[in-house]
Amino acid sequence: MIRPIPGEELARRIQDACPGAVERWAGLDLWVRPERVLEVCQHLKSDSGLGFNLLNSISAVDYVEHFEVVYHLTSTSHLHSAVLKARVFGREDPTLPSVVGLWQGADYQEREIWDLMGVRFEGHPNLKRILLWEGYPGHPLRRDYLEAPR
Amino acid sequence: MTTGLGLSAAPPGERYKRLLPGAMSMRSEPVTVNVGPQHPSTHGVFRLRVTFDGEIILDVEPIFGYLHRGSEKLAEERTYTQVITLTDRLDYVASMTNNQAYVLAAEKLAGLRPPERAMYLRVIAAELQRIASHLMATGFLLNDLGAFATPLMYCFREREKILDLFEMLCGARITLSYMRVGGVFQDAPEDFWPALRKFLKEMPGYIDEYEALLVENEILVTRTRGVSVLTVDHALNASVTGPMLRASGFPWDLRVVDPYEVYDRVRFDVPVGKAGDNYDRFKIRLDEMRQSLRIVEQCVEQIEPGPVRAESPALLRPPAGDAYARIEGPKGELGFYLVSDGSIAPYRFKLRAPSFINLTVLRDLVIGWKLADMIVTLGSIDINMGEVDR
Repeated sequence: MIRPIPGEELARRIQDACPGAVERWAGLDLWVRPERVLEVCQHLKSDSGLGFNLLNSISAVDYVEHFEVVYHLTSTSHLHSAVLKARVFGREDPTLPSVVGLWQGADYQEREIWDLMGVRFEGHPNLKRILLWEGYPGHPLRRDYLEAPR
Repeated sequence: MTTGLGLSAAPPGERYKRLLPGAMSMRSEPVTVNVGPQHPSTHGVFRLRVTFDGEIILDVEPIFGYLHRGSEKLAEERTYTQVITLTDRLDYVASMTNNQAYVLAAEKLAGLRPPERAMYLRVIAAELQRIASHLMATGFLLNDLGAFATPLMYCFREREKILDLFEMLCGARITLSYMRVGGVFQDAPEDFWPALRKFLKEMPGYIDEYEALLVENEILVTRTRGVSVLTVDHALNASVTGPMLRASGFPWDLRVVDPYEVYDRVRFDVPVGKAGDNYDRFKIRLDEMRQSLRIVEQCVEQIEPGPVRAESPALLRPPAGDAYARIEGPKGELGFYLVSDGSIAPYRFKLRAPSFINLTVLRDLVIGWKLADMIVTLGSIDINMGEVDR
């Protein structure tokens, strides 16, 4: 049985390794500062007590005043899971550090988010569109996206 | 031994030397070839830009998007019930499991719990769907191996019976929309149960038949053993799940480690492979079909009469919040991330598509192998473009 780690407990467990990285927590979710995502993920993966070796999914949501990128993580050895969130402000060039170096599984998912939501992942080795073609105008999953004028 | 050309069966290099003096000193350059988008072995409209040195693969770049319909955007303008029809069209050879993952996510969001009977019906339907999907995967894998159409038709023979059962359940065969948030569309009709029992009785014999024909088939074994090996660590690091991960030897099955619906009340084994090569990825699907039959048998024994829909408003308005629900789909971890803003349509509808993410390792698996092996490896991953491109 996989146990979801509550945000508060997770915040406590990463406090020493990454002081000041946590923004807030609520229920099962933990929000971290966007620029510290890579550092926190590094700790979540390598810490022997946490050992998050499986990145289930990365999702991005456009809340208009900010973007939220959600990481669902699981540890196959400790049988626990966590939800990590990061809020990115600004619509011009929202940027997050890429976690491809930690989990190869982030590769296509980060490309997909860049393609459809327009959140850039710094340090991704091949960040280009994946479902749409190069030169497509805009990022269609954004809430303010309008179809190209006819 | 001589051939018709009067050449002895010397190693290929020797033969060319004799045929074309100076051939071996020819300069060769890598050649880039497009496999697809219209190609019988790409399992849909899918393009692979492959760089070859002779027949050896140096690099592969998969190019997606030919079937992109914007399902995630479309869902933002539909009610929670209407979205079910969109999930049918994601992995269109496994609509039941798509329905199931989506309704579980919506139920988690809305705090609904379906009645017992509905959960059993869903598990029966989902396991039948897993068998149908694995039959497709096995048939097409053999197609890709060069056993053109014959094994595929055998597999389709049984899949047809499952589709007939689905037709009894909901009137549709492919785009099923059988499940609803809070239950299923309708109870199974009376004649469904004898038909299901008949299928459960016949199917093990058919699986025996595949095994007798295929498992020790020399061509199949020679072509797939040791080809495109995926290690457990690599698979986990690349978020590879489902039969592909289990074929590498890691017993990770969400039905066991994170049971949903009634999976905690049935007993079944999790088959695992040893080497993580194409052969194991082929074999594991045959083994999993047997386990799915076991699950359906137990569900048929345990199911009790009762309602099949929870009391829920016609227009569902889940409270603002988010939910991620995942199931063990036929191709891997199938997850839906839903965000609600309290209105009748999901604010965000995100699919965690297993075959899209399993494709991440394709490049690592095929580099150094030959074109014909790449086609088989692609078949062993079991992709579905409806799900990859959304």
